[in-house]
Amino acid sequence: MNRVSATGIGKSYGPVKALDDISFDVAPGEIFGIIGPDGAGKTTLFRILTTLLTADAGRASVCGLDVVKEYRAIRCRVGYMPGRFSLYRDLSVEENLRFFASVFNTTVEANYHLVADIYRQLAPFSTRKAAQLSGGMKQKLALCCALIHKPEVLFLDEPTTGVDPVSRKEFWEMLMRLRADGLTILVSTPYMDEASLCDRIALIQSGRFLKIETPRRIVAAYPRKIFAVSSSRMHDLLRDLRAYAPVGTAFSFGAACHVTFAADDCPAALEAYLTARGHSSLRVEEIEPTVEDCFMLLSKTPDDGKRA
Amino acid sequence: MLKFLIEKEFKQLSRDKVIPRLIVMLTLLVMFVFPWAADQEIKNVKLHVVDRDRSSLSERLVQKVVSSGYFRLSGPSASYDGAMPAVERGDADMIMEIPSGFERDLMRGETGRLLLAANAVNGTKGGLATSYMAAIVADYSADLRAENGLPALSSAFKVESSFRFNPRLDYKVFMLPALMVMLMTLLAGFLPALNIVAEKESGTIEQINVTPVPKTLFVLAKLIPYWIIGFVVLSLCIALAALVYGIYPTGSLLTIYLFTTVYIWLVSGMGLVISNYSDTIQQAMFVMFFFIMVFILMSGLFTPVSSMPQWAQAITAINPLKYFMQVMRQVYLKGSGFMELLPQFFALCSFAVVLSVWAVVSYKKSA
Repeated sequence: MNRVSATGIGKSYGPVKALDDISFDVAPGEIFGIIGPDGAGKTTLFRILTTLLTADAGRASVCGLDVVKEYRAIRCRVGYMPGRFSLYRDLSVEENLRFFASVFNTTVEANYHLVADIYRQLAPFSTRKAAQLSGGMKQKLALCCALIHKPEVLFLDEPTTGVDPVSRKEFWEMLMRLRADGLTILVSTPYMDEASLCDRIALIQSGRFLKIETPRRIVAAYPRKIFAVSSSRMHDLLRDLRAYAPVGTAFSFGAACHVTFAADDCPAALEAYLTARGHSSLRVEEIEPTVEDCFMLLSKTPDDGKRA
Repeated sequence: MLKFLIEKEFKQLSRDKVIPRLIVMLTLLVMFVFPWAADQEIKNVKLHVVDRDRSSLSERLVQKVVSSGYFRLSGPSASYDGAMPAVERGDADMIMEIPSGFERDLMRGETGRLLLAANAVNGTKGGLATSYMAAIVADYSADLRAENGLPALSSAFKVESSFRFNPRLDYKVFMLPALMVMLMTLLAGFLPALNIVAEKESGTIEQINVTPVPKTLFVLAKLIPYWIIGFVVLSLCIALAALVYGIYPTGSLLTIYLFTTVYIWLVSGMGLVISNYSDTIQQAMFVMFFFIMVFILMSGLFTPVSSMPQWAQAITAINPLKYFMQVMRQVYLKGSGFMELLPQFFALCSFAVVLSVWAVVSYKKSA
């Protein structure tokens, strides 16, 4: 049976539609990623599924329990880690953990095996106030507190936002281990590189799911060839690319621009065009599309890439 | 589960660097500073004397005025106009001019004349000083008549004042019970409300909301520590008032604690209503500041409710502070029993019920 199941979820704040007709299912032991930019509705969706908010439309169930009627039973069986650090800053690491164990009617000792791996790293700071922990340590403590009552489903709202790359990597390794223990995990993130670590991902934009697929299939379904273009004058490159008629989409991706062609055109012609515009040390190579490329393609109408 | 929640509250409270100290400071201020500062007796009025008579009788009058303890001579002047600059500088609050011929007129049995001019920028001070002076002068003239074998001035009435329940007209007896009410309002009403808003602001309430902890239990765990603090502080105040000022409640302590229980329930409800409508501490603080100002100024703490205009008196009808203050003063000074305080009891109970229902309803909506 599905651990999480939603049909036609909708939620509006005044005239703003935060969520619009969201439907999906999450199987047991799956890491389900919800990928999208800030303000896409990720947090609202999590708040509905963790019974903090009621939806205007649609139905949802977690662990087979209705989020409205059986909310109290759900609260015993899910763990939630909000995007904002929300443990007691004036309590120590250990006190926070003990407190959250006690409000779930359990003890740290009873479920220590669940958090042992993570807590071992926090142990040297167990008497330190939560407020004085570093960002990565805070996330680990928050994860411990969300796990201490042995939840069946874990909801992580942007757990790695504002955390350094090393801690992010460690954090995802922890999630992989938790999945191996049979935990179902819903995680939201604005980082596209984290998407490929999920079993399945949902791309969300303006309150709508654009696609739900495995990261591999999403990438495989990318309909066009994609090229990474870089030159000595990156500043002008994007503008010049978009001015070139055969280019379908062009987006800046860190050190390069990712370009697709609307019409049949070969990279050689593009190179000639850019050289004519005064670009030197040009590199144009075909690459594997990333989830971010797919997101860009799905979220914009073909024209957007040229105008914006 | 409640035990763990309350344990957490006390742990947090004990770590807080400001709140516990503030509670102690406030209690000490209320007990040791406010009763003196809020004393409305006027003392040390600076008096300028313009004695144009320079006789033994005028000298005697000045002596009598100074020995009353209310006035302090700030200097003599030759003329009234010469004394005015002292008033303008703030060196004098009042001028007493004794015209020449004062002694002669009195000896002849004629009416002596005196000019009193008070600086009424501070109206209360000017008014009270004038009436003190009038009383002293009346006393002086009675003394003179008795000495010279003249019959006392006949007047239609002779007013005999008798200050019932507070014979020495001691402001501290009057103020302390009312100040305790103020303290209870702050401790049991506003502190827990701010505490709840703080959890909202820091986001910790979100984490609590996904646990099976029922909201009522969460709120109860917030209130109970402050109820305990409230009763401890009240007992401390009652003990201090007895030890330091020798002020005991004339009525029963049981009545005081019964009413305090109802009142704490009431202000807790009020605090919760405020916390339900506020998302940030700033909002909550401002709303509380607003109510505290209105409640205290319209409670009869400083100025009697009965001397307010009719429309203002009507407003005080919905001021819970007023009722509890009446109760405290009446129990302390008059020794009123529960039966005499029934109207206040019903008023406070209805406020408590209305506010708690409101708190519960607005809490459900805000959730």
